[in-house]
Amino acid sequence: MSTLLDVRNVNKRFATGGLMGRRVVDAVQDANLTLSSDKPEIFTIIGESGSGKTTLARMILGLELPTSGEISFAGKTVSHRVGRQERLEFMAKVQPVFQNPFEAFNPLKRVDRYLESTAKRFLKLKSRDDLDGAMDGALQKVGLSLAEVRGRYPHEMSGGQLQRAAIARALIPNPPLLVADEPVSMVDASLRMSIVNLLKSLRDDLGVSVIYITHDLATAYYISNRLIIMQRGRIVEMGDARTVLDNPEHPYSRLLKASVLSTEDAGDGKLATDPAMVELANELVRRPGRLVDRPDGRMVRTYDRV
Amino acid sequence: MTQDLLKVDGLKAYYQMNYFGVTREVRAVDDITMTIRKNEVYGIAGESSSGKTSFIKVLAAAIRPPLRIVAGSVKYDFKSGPIDVATASPAEIEAVRWRRLSYIMQGSMSVLNPLRRIGKTFEDFAMRPLGLTGEAYRARILNHLERLKLPADVLRAYPHELSGGMRQRVTIGLATVCHPEFVIADEPTTALDVVVQKEVLGLIREIQQDMGSSVIFVTHDMSVHANMADRVGIIYAGRLVEEGPTREMFFAPKHPYTAHLVASLPRIGDTTQRPALEGRPPNLADPPKGCRFHPRCPLAVDKCRTEVPPLETVGKDHRTACWRWQDVQPLVSPHAAHGVMA
Ligand SMILES: Nc1ncnc2c1ncn2[C@@H]1O[C@H](COP(=O)(O)OP(=O)(O)OP(=O)(O)O)[C@@H](O)[C@H]1O
Ligand SMILES: Nc1ncnc2c1ncn2[C@@H]1O[C@H](COP(=O)(O)OP(=O)(O)OP(=O)(O)O)[C@@H](O)[C@H]1O
Ligand code: SF4
Ligand SMILES: [Mg+2]
Ligand SMILES: [Mg+2]
Repeated sequence: MSTLLDVRNVNKRFATGGLMGRRVVDAVQDANLTLSSDKPEIFTIIGESGSGKTTLARMILGLELPTSGEISFAGKTVSHRVGRQERLEFMAKVQPVFQNPFEAFNPLKRVDRYLESTAKRFLKLKSRDDLDGAMDGALQKVGLSLAEVRGRYPHEMSGGQLQRAAIARALIPNPPLLVADEPVSMVDASLRMSIVNLLKSLRDDLGVSVIYITHDLATAYYISNRLIIMQRGRIVEMGDARTVLDNPEHPYSRLLKASVLSTEDAGDGKLATDPAMVELANELVRRPGRLVDRPDGRMVRTYDRV
Repeated sequence: MTQDLLKVDGLKAYYQMNYFGVTREVRAVDDITMTIRKNEVYGIAGESSSGKTSFIKVLAAAIRPPLRIVAGSVKYDFKSGPIDVATASPAEIEAVRWRRLSYIMQGSMSVLNPLRRIGKTFEDFAMRPLGLTGEAYRARILNHLERLKLPADVLRAYPHELSGGMRQRVTIGLATVCHPEFVIADEPTTALDVVVQKEVLGLIREIQQDMGSSVIFVTHDMSVHANMADRVGIIYAGRLVEEGPTREMFFAPKHPYTAHLVASLPRIGDTTQRPALEGRPPNLADPPKGCRFHPRCPLAVDKCRTEVPPLETVGKDHRTACWRWQDVQPLVSPHAAHGVMA
C-alpha cells in the first residue's frame, strides 16, 4: 500500500495578542490520519466551529506549518518553505476549495482570469483555444460555462456560482487530492446534491481523493468513506462514516447528531437541545483522553476516571 | 390583531451595467410584492443566484450601483415613524440603521474590517445607538457575547484570528446588540456547526420574541426554515413564486419548484441518489417567457410557456404562482420522513 497523505502527531498552536497579554490557542492537537493512494476516498472532517478543521486543512495544503509533528504527501514533507518548482509541483497535486468563495477570490480580479492563470501555471497552456478549452471543460464539470463566467468579477456572481467556479478552478490541474473546506454550504439544496455527486464521481471515475470538511451530517453520510469528528482541536471519533454516524459513541459526536435539525416537525419551532448532553460534551473538552480502538474498527477518545 | 411592519410593493431592482457600450441588465428582483408582520419570522429560500441576496439588500437599504431600484416601494412602519427605503435619503436611512433595521450580510467577513479589532468594531456599531459608555457599555456587550457563546477576549482579536463560525457569531452579535425592530439576515448560520447553529437560532428567536421584532432571513438550509420560520417564501428567477405557513410549505406545497426544493436533501441514514433539478438555471438577463420555471417544470403545459401565472391566494396566508397548483403533489410527507432513519 502506498501512502498519499500522512498526517502524524500534528499539533498547531497559535499565539496572539501583544500588549494586553498573550492568548494561546491549541488549534489542532495530536492529529493522526493517513490516506492511501491505491484507494481513493472521500475523507470527511466534521466538528465544532473553531475545532481546527480549517487549520488542519491549511497545514495539509502547506499554507501553514505544524508546530510539531509531520505531514507528508507522496513521501515528501509538506511545507511552503521549499523551492519554487517543488512547491508548484505539490500545489498541482493538492488543490484547495475554500469555505467562503467571497474571500477566496480577489474582488478586483475577474473570475475567468483566475481560471486562466491556473491553467497557465499548472498546465503550461498558452494558446487562446487551449486555455479556453481547459477552462470551459472544468466549468462544465460544475454546471457552469465559460460563456457565463467570462468578464465577471466575483461580486457580480452569486455565492453559489462563485463556489462552483472555485471548484472548477481547483479541477484544472487534475489533482489527485482535493481539499474542500465547506464547499457546499453556500449553494441551494439541488446544487448541493449535484456538487456532492460531483465529488463522488471525481472519486469513482477519476480516482481523486477528497478531504471534505462540512457541517452537514447528511451529505457526509451520503458520500464519505471515512470521517473524523473534531472538538476543540482534538479528534474525538474516527472511522467508517456510516458506522460512526449511525451510532456515534463519543458524547460530542452524539450531541452533534442530536442537534441536526429535521424537517419532520416543520413549523413546530423545535430548537431545544438536551442540556445534560451539552454539559457532558463540554466537560470533556478540557481533558486530553486518548483514542482507543473499538471492535467495529472505529476509534473513540476515552477518558480515565478522575 | 397583527400589524404589518414591512410592505414591499411591485419591487423591481436590476443590475444595470455597461460594458464597452453594450448594456447588460440582470433582473435580479423582478416584481415582488409581500408583507412582513410585526413579531414574525419569515424565511426565504430559493435557487442559488435567484436574487435572494439582491432582494434583501434592497430591504436593508444596502444597495450600490450597478444594482438599482427600477420600480416599487419598500415601506417600513417603525416606532420612530414610517419610512420608504426605496426613496429615503442617506441621512434618513442612517437614522434607522442598527437601531431599527439591521442587516447580517452573506459571507460574514465583509462587514468586519480586517484591520480593526472586534472590540473596536463593536464600538463603531453599538456605542452611539445604545447610548451607553464605560462599565455599563462594557457589561452590555459582554453579556451579549456570552449569550452568543463567545469568550470575552474575542473583543481583542482581529477577524482573521477567529474561525469562520466565530466570525459569524460576531456578526450576529453586532446586528442584534441594539435590539432592532427588524433584522435582515443572509445565511446567518451556514458556517456554524449544528450544535452552535441550533443555539444561535434559538438566540435569534429569543431576542426576536423579547423585543417583538421581526426577522427575515435567507438560507439554503431547509431544515433551518422548518424550525425557525413562521412563514416561508420561495424565490425563483427574481420572483416570489410561493409563500405560506411553514408546515404547509413542507407538506402541502402548491408550486412544483417548492415541492422539489423541500425534497431534495437526503437525511442522515439515507444514501439513495437524489435527483438534481434538470436543465439550466434561468438567465436573469433574458428570463424564460410565461412561467419562468416552465423549461424545467414536470407539470408544464402550453399555457405556461406564454402566460405569466399570477401570485394567487390558495389558502390562509398561502399564495402561489402556478397555473396548475391544484395538481402539485408533495414529494415528502410527515409520515414517510420517519421511515428513513433505519
Ligand atoms: N491565524 C490565526 N491566528 C490565531 N488564531 C487562529 C488563527 N487561525 C485560526 N485560529 C484559531 O484556531 C482555532 C481553530 O480555527 P479553525 O479556523 O481551524 O476552525 P474550524 O474548525 O475551521 O472552524 P469553523 O467550522 O468555524 O470554520 C480557533 O480558535 C481560531 O480562533
Ligand atoms: N454586482 C453585481 N453585478 C452584476 N450582477 C450581479 C451582481 N450581484 C449579483 N448579480 C447577479 O444577480 C443575480 C442574483 O444574485 P443574488 O446574489 O441576489 O443571488 P442569490 O439568490 O442570493 O444567490 P446565492 O444563493 O447563490 O447567494 C445573479 O445572477 C448574480 O450573478
Ligand atoms: S405555471 Fe406551469 S410551468 Fe409554471 S410551475 Fe406551474 S405548471 Fe409548472
Ligand atoms: Mg473552518
Ligand atoms: Mg445570496
